[in-house]
Amino acid sequence: MMIKAHNINVSIKGHVILDNASLSIPKGKMTGLIGPNGAGKSTLLRSIMGFVDITSGIIKLDDIELSNLSIKDRAKKISYAAQGAPVHWPLDVNHIIALGRIPHLDPWQKISDLDREIIRDAMIKTDTLHLADRLTTSLSGGEKACVMLARAMVSQADYLCADEPIASLDPYHQLQVMNILQNLAKEGHGVLIILHDLGLAKRYCDELVLMHQGKICATGTPNDVLTEENLDKTYHIKISRWHENGDHFIAPWKTSGHPDHKRPDHKI
Amino acid sequence: MKISPTLLISLLGLLLLMVTFLSLFIGTTPIPAQEILSALGGMADKNIEIIVLELRLPRVLIGLLAGASLGLSGAALQGLLRNPLADPGIIGVSSSAGLGAVISIYFGMSSLFPLSIQIMSMLGALGATLILSMISSRDSSVLTLILAGIGISSLATAAISLTMNFAHSPMSLQDMVMWLLGSLENRTMTDVMLAGPFIFLGWFIMRGIGQGLDASSLGSDTAQSLGINIKHLRMKVIIGSAISVGATVSVCGAIGFVGLVVPHIIRSLVGHAPSRILVPSALLGAILLSLADLITRIPIGHGQLRLGVVTAFIGSPLFLYIIYKTRGAMR
Repeated sequence: MMIKAHNINVSIKGHVILDNASLSIPKGKMTGLIGPNGAGKSTLLRSIMGFVDITSGIIKLDDIELSNLSIKDRAKKISYAAQGAPVHWPLDVNHIIALGRIPHLDPWQKISDLDREIIRDAMIKTDTLHLADRLTTSLSGGEKACVMLARAMVSQADYLCADEPIASLDPYHQLQVMNILQNLAKEGHGVLIILHDLGLAKRYCDELVLMHQGKICATGTPNDVLTEENLDKTYHIKISRWHENGDHFIAPWKTSGHPDHKRPDHKI
Repeated sequence: MKISPTLLISLLGLLLLMVTFLSLFIGTTPIPAQEILSALGGMADKNIEIIVLELRLPRVLIGLLAGASLGLSGAALQGLLRNPLADPGIIGVSSSAGLGAVISIYFGMSSLFPLSIQIMSMLGALGATLILSMISSRDSSVLTLILAGIGISSLATAAISLTMNFAHSPMSLQDMVMWLLGSLENRTMTDVMLAGPFIFLGWFIMRGIGQGLDASSLGSDTAQSLGINIKHLRMKVIIGSAISVGATVSVCGAIGFVGLVVPHIIRSLVGHAPSRILVPSALLGAILLSLADLITRIPIGHGQLRLGVVTAFIGSPLFLYIIYKTRGAMR
């Protein structure tokens, strides 16, 4: 039971963004996608979501090829939390979260009591019930991130892809969001998350995928992936490690050498 | 103050009926209200029937259809482009339709074939839509769409200026200016029959877009992740509004500000969800344009007020006031 992206290639205007990248999102596990800026993490996630036209490669959910599914059927299988959680109108939180039910509704259909129950359940799990009547424009970054997760959860898809959901959040909300995602994985969902915090990646993820220059450099458990050699080669950093009460921590400590010349950003 | 969309729609519906009747009632020949009703039922004096059914009714019908098209298209485009400043003018449809009309006046086509202005302006609107959909199907960014619209609009405006620049006579120049200022005067059932089907077709294409527009407020990617086909949604809104607004401009000239202002008024009453403002915007657009047309019937000075001038003078101060009042909420 998993999503498998196999040998994905993406080129945009002659620039190779993804170079034979392969990735699995198993159900019941939290998979972290890490790598320096410009490594192709977002493009790989967006390819899985079907937002990017891939040049070659195949993305399968169990035995089904995702490109054969309609946009609507795909929406029922995989939900998405966008980077920065944009909301373009001042809508109230209730309404935003209810939008997550759209994959299950016809264009004219109103939400039912069952939908309302699902929405309430997601709001309890994300601790957003008290925000129900607030406008999204009045929310803090952390509150908005939780609302967006609730919105993604109510579609009841088996898989969730989250693009940097904890970027620019305070430590409390970083932990809160990671806990919500971890609980989703424990409930049996497959979660893919793009992260920059290596410490949280190590603590929360079951699997890590390390990307560099459009390629997958390493895949495996956090301990296998977060080695001195891998991090030096990709991030050009030295890490510090320590043990406390049987737990093992890492933190980026200092730079080593120069980062690679970045390719131009493709999301113009 | 927020009211429920259903209540608002019923209130606007009632207001629409009242304004419609008022438009039929007010005119140079005083006709009692009962006579108007019996004329509508085909049971009045022949002369009164001609005044009501052939002179006043077409004008009222075109005002309602045009206002509703402008209001609906404005609401739909603002939802699609996620931009409160969008209106049928911004995608270049209004000015391209205007260009078609001005060209037809320049070549004196209307003396050869009376409906040439209408047909040429619909062709202009169609041309703008084709260019816009060609550009927007290659790129999916909303900003590209807005910029393309501004480009098309500027080009059409430049071409209008060029045509006026070389106008053969002051008479033909005056015709062009008058047409661009917009009017519902002297419209006949032929105009209704010509524009009506296209206006209804545009509305029909835009049916059921509310859910997709709501989802789009979370960005195109998230909307797609919710099962919305963004390309289809975009085509529906652009083609639907281009056809209905193109047909509108073709029978009553360029009328600004209705499409821009109406959705803002509705938002202040029912909130910002794009799906909730579509139908109320169509109703309020019809009401406002009919009211503006009533104002043009007031004799002022030695000329007649043009409809586009009235809508701009009602619309822009109202727009500034709404922007001032809601400046905190939009961010």
